Amino acid sequence: MAHEHKLEIFRGLLKFKSNTQKIWGVLIFLTLVTIVEVGLGIAKPEALTHSYFLGMKVLNWIFIILTLVKAYYIAWDFMHLRDEKSSLRRAIVWTPIFLVAYLIFILLFEADYIYHVYSDGFVKWNF
Amino acid sequence: MDSTVTTGTEENVWGGGNQPLGASYGKLMMWFFLVSDALTFSGFLAAYGFSRFKFIETWPIADEVFTHVPFFHGNYPMYYVAFMTFILIMSSVTMVLAVDAGHKLQKTKVIWYMFLTIIGGAIFVGSQAWEWATFIKGDFGALETKGGRVLQFVSADSGDRLAIRDFAETLHEERVDHEKKNGIWYYKGDALPSYSLNEVVEGVKTNPNVLIRTELINEDGHKTVLTRDETLKKLNDAVLVVEGANLVRNEYGSRLFADFFFFITGFHGFHVFSGVVINCIIFFNVILGTYERRGHYEMVEKVGLYWHFVDLVWVFVFTFFYLV
Repeated sequence: MAHEHKLEIFRGLLKFKSNTQKIWGVLIFLTLVTIVEVGLGIAKPEALTHSYFLGMKVLNWIFIILTLVKAYYIAWDFMHLRDEKSSLRRAIVWTPIFLVAYLIFILLFEADYIYHVYSDGFVKWNF
Repeated sequence: MDSTVTTGTEENVWGGGNQPLGASYGKLMMWFFLVSDALTFSGFLAAYGFSRFKFIETWPIADEVFTHVPFFHGNYPMYYVAFMTFILIMSSVTMVLAVDAGHKLQKTKVIWYMFLTIIGGAIFVGSQAWEWATFIKGDFGALETKGGRVLQFVSADSGDRLAIRDFAETLHEERVDHEKKNGIWYYKGDALPSYSLNEVVEGVKTNPNVLIRTELINEDGHKTVLTRDETLKKLNDAVLVVEGANLVRNEYGSRLFADFFFFITGFHGFHVFSGVVINCIIFFNVILGTYERRGHYEMVEKVGLYWHFVDLVWVFVFTFFYLV
């Protein structure tokens, strides 16, 4: 068991005195991120819902990036990946990231293709 | 660390004394299980993305579906899900505090934090059960067309959603529930909705205030509302009254939407439930002093990994099902 904890988050910007303090700090950060997400989800600012980046609304990009940020802090601080050996960390993190990125790429492209078959083809389905 | 019995003194690199990843066997296996479980959830969520991109113009809008908060009437999109997210993150915090107390061998603290974690998990599972019940019951009702598309209703004056009970006419027609006792060749009869198709259609015809809202999403991100003339024309396509949701059809829109809701949140809810059960087992072991005698609380750490993983998955489900 890794008894010694790395007590700094945000690349050393924020240092905590004890592990317990770090846990509460991370909780505050995660709560703030969730509040921002919910706030944006309810307000849906027009500037973000009408602008697109790589075919997706900027608002949705913000949601996905904030989710990955939350996932990072849950895995690194709650699941103690920060304190594990880098070899363990890499085995656990990069394997799913690679596979999931591949899966998403394949499925979303295929779905977009089917969408175009439905909308431009001669099949009537919306009746 | 010393929970396994070592036979002999081969504590060298090839004798089993080597831990290249610096983690015990049990912890490593828990991590590998979590990786495979993460791939299962990714499969579900990617399949959801597939179906959604396939029907990108007609997919239901989540904040119009999940608008309920227990004990409050009205339209509160997402507040309750946000609360559930917070509960789960909070119980993750008490779990990590229990792990931390375990490292310091503080038994009473571990007991209390484990207890709070279990309570948090129970609140979450209960909330999810309530979400499911609300989703299955539905509140507005809708019509289904020959093509399986859902037609919802809005008020022409205010633009608010109308429930079919608000405008349906009461016709005195014969409506017989087909039950097993009525026929030898009984397979099953569909449950009758609270209003028949005719009653809803007549209701729309007599109330000029009622307009149909189709599944199609316009450029502003809202569902398309038909004009009164189009509404009356569209009524001819309706074949069924739909109330609430099941695995076949639902009043919210695309059939796949309810299917994915049940499978993804159900699979996650089952993880939370089994997490609570495992937490309970470890909790009683802590009380009995099993880990005190063993000299370390690594079991708490392992079950903690599982619990945080459940939280981690919820963060993704929350984003892809409720926010995006």
